[in-house]
Amino acid sequence: MMNLETAKHPENLKRVVLEPLTRVEGHGKITLLVDDDNHVQQARLHIVEFRGFEKFIQGRPFWEIPVMVQRLCGICPVSHHLAAAKAVDMLVGARTLTPTAENLRVMLHLGQTLQSHALHFFHLSSPDLLFGFEDEITHRNILGVIADHPDIGLQGVRLRKYGQEVIRHISGKRVHGTASLPGGMNKPLTNHSRTVLLADIDQIIQWSQAAVKLAKKVYLSNPDFHQRFGYLETNMLSLIRDDGALDLYHGGLRAKDAQGQTIFDHIDYCEYQKYIQEEVKSWSYMKFPFIISKGTAEGWYRVGPLARVNNCDFITTPLAEATRQEFKFHAGGNFIHASLAYHWARMIEMLYSAERIKELLLDDVTMGEDLMAYGEKCQEGIGVVEAPRGTLFHHYQIDENDLVVKANLIVSTTNNNQAMNETVRQVAVNYLDGRSLTEGLLNHLEVAVRAYDPCLSCATHALGKMPLSVEMVNSRGDVVDSIVRSATGEIKRSG
Amino acid sequence: MSQPSTITIDGQTVPFQEGQTIMEAALAANIYIPHLCYQRDLTPDGSCRLCTVTVNGRNTSACNTKAMAGQQVLNNTQELQDIRQTLTRMLFVEGDHICPGCTKTGNCQLQAVAYYVGMLSSHYHHFYSYRKIDASHPDYFIDFNRCILCELCVRASRDVDHKNVFGLSGRGRKTHLVINSPSGELADTDFAVGDKAAFICPVGAILRKRTRYTTPIGERLYDLQPINVVGDAQQIHAGAKRHGNQN
Ligand code: SF4
Ligand code: FES
Repeated sequence: MMNLETAKHPENLKRVVLEPLTRVEGHGKITLLVDDDNHVQQARLHIVEFRGFEKFIQGRPFWEIPVMVQRLCGICPVSHHLAAAKAVDMLVGARTLTPTAENLRVMLHLGQTLQSHALHFFHLSSPDLLFGFEDEITHRNILGVIADHPDIGLQGVRLRKYGQEVIRHISGKRVHGTASLPGGMNKPLTNHSRTVLLADIDQIIQWSQAAVKLAKKVYLSNPDFHQRFGYLETNMLSLIRDDGALDLYHGGLRAKDAQGQTIFDHIDYCEYQKYIQEEVKSWSYMKFPFIISKGTAEGWYRVGPLARVNNCDFITTPLAEATRQEFKFHAGGNFIHASLAYHWARMIEMLYSAERIKELLLDDVTMGEDLMAYGEKCQEGIGVVEAPRGTLFHHYQIDENDLVVKANLIVSTTNNNQAMNETVRQVAVNYLDGRSLTEGLLNHLEVAVRAYDPCLSCATHALGKMPLSVEMVNSRGDVVDSIVRSATGEIKRSG
Repeated sequence: MSQPSTITIDGQTVPFQEGQTIMEAALAANIYIPHLCYQRDLTPDGSCRLCTVTVNGRNTSACNTKAMAGQQVLNNTQELQDIRQTLTRMLFVEGDHICPGCTKTGNCQLQAVAYYVGMLSSHYHHFYSYRKIDASHPDYFIDFNRCILCELCVRASRDVDHKNVFGLSGRGRKTHLVINSPSGELADTDFAVGDKAAFICPVGAILRKRTRYTTPIGERLYDLQPINVVGDAQQIHAGAKRHGNQN
């Protein structure tokens, strides 16, 4: 593919700015430098990421971290809570939790995954997938889905709500509760909670199964388009359980190349810095991580549902495993690389989460009261989980007085940074080159980014009504054309 | 024996003993007057002004005004709640009171008072002051960013513990809490776990280390009942000590 990260002569090019991305949590901006024939010469995804947090927690006592870092994100606060909790477990020397605490943590995490995946698929992506990218903006949202496909829309809402209820029963609140303590959990699950959650779980599993079917059907329905759109052959990185099973809460690091060959496997994540590094680029706030042994040019990778479902050898729950096999079968056992396959993989994971929640609810160990483990304190802690959007690293150092002196976070979206940029470039070349700007066409770019479910900061724009402005700037810096999409979906053109 | 003297608070007749303050008489009659710097066993300080009441038409602080027969006290009026809300807002913006990240949340008197007076936003600009935490002591840490200068720790350490660990220094906006030790650090004092000053702070400024978010949401002091029913945050420490649990 043509290298579109940096154009040879940017001074003679027009600039197309697309900002902010709708229905992606947070802010992002795509800039396209276009020549006089509207050929894309440079494409970059700029992400404004809130890195200030690492600074903000410096000087704070370590036991505050798991609750504080939740504020990084309103969509997956539990992932930050748990990654930090695992790091803090290490600081207090509790490397193995009690079986009950472990079960509760995993269940909390799965509740989070369920609600986040449901939100993403039904609220954010199903409008595009069901109606097409060029559908009316006022219709292409969850309300449109509920109007045209009431069963699907409402299932999405109920699935999300169930995940939030799991979180609430364990952490006290649907968003930003407290649950994990250094070395354990702060309360057992009550029998009441168990009964309430068990009452709906079979329905949730059934709907999740239907969601996998729907995602698969959509993916297969227009193979030329879905399988080519945002197609990108990449390395894949994820956590993996000791026996090769999909695990979202704990495991070693596994990286495979585009052909599915192992780069490294079952690596203790505390050693992550020996395997992964972050590159800084002058034009982006967000860093670009890469696998050290493959270098910056070849070493970037994808994380998240697609990477996890491709990477794992099997899934422990039967229904999800059956869907994983279909997924694998589709590509003849090879990795699936199409960006839109993320949605299919995401729904497989949602089904896994639902099935696993049921297993945990039925497991008497989950109902135990022994919640805390203790050990010898140390000054460095690292916690890694598979957040809904991908591998999430939290790394802290404390001083002898228990205050944080250093923090390093690699969030899922950062891990996908290069891949999202590559996808944008590819889509820009295939779908925008040589055609003038239309709202539907520009939305292709957003859809490409949205497949990764990037969590860019803390806001949810579930209704897709964020204003969007597109400017075309010529080589002298004059605005020659612009499109503004207002919060109500109204389009205004000038120029 | 003569008839006990009485005052009225919001029209309700309240008896008092000779020498009692309006606050003491009110508490004895189970009437809540918002307060932050007052604590039963310590000499009143009168610094937070949250206990402002109207006595015979004039505003004064209830914690250090003596009850006198026939006083007509107004306590629960919109006008007074508005004044208290303003004071509470000023306390919030002056320090760093980010409840979600504070281990005291749910057990904090400032937070509970803010709910009681109906505060929904800070309204004023935050000072964003940055004061370094003192974590030198093995069992306690002090987050000066959360200190509301109520002087409860100062009085408790001086008058009850007889250690004089804390003091206030500076004037006006520059007033701040200091530790009386050669290095200025808590580790350099004889401050200890059993001190009254160790569990008197109404906010999250003096906290036991590693106490975390042990009490689940829904079971914290002010989750169950509002402050006008349940009373001061310090009470929970008495109960908490029984359970070996500080927060
Ligand atoms: S540290 Fe606590 S008790 Fe002491 S003056 Fe500050 S707020 Fe009051
Ligand atoms: S309680 Fe009376 S002034 Fe603070």
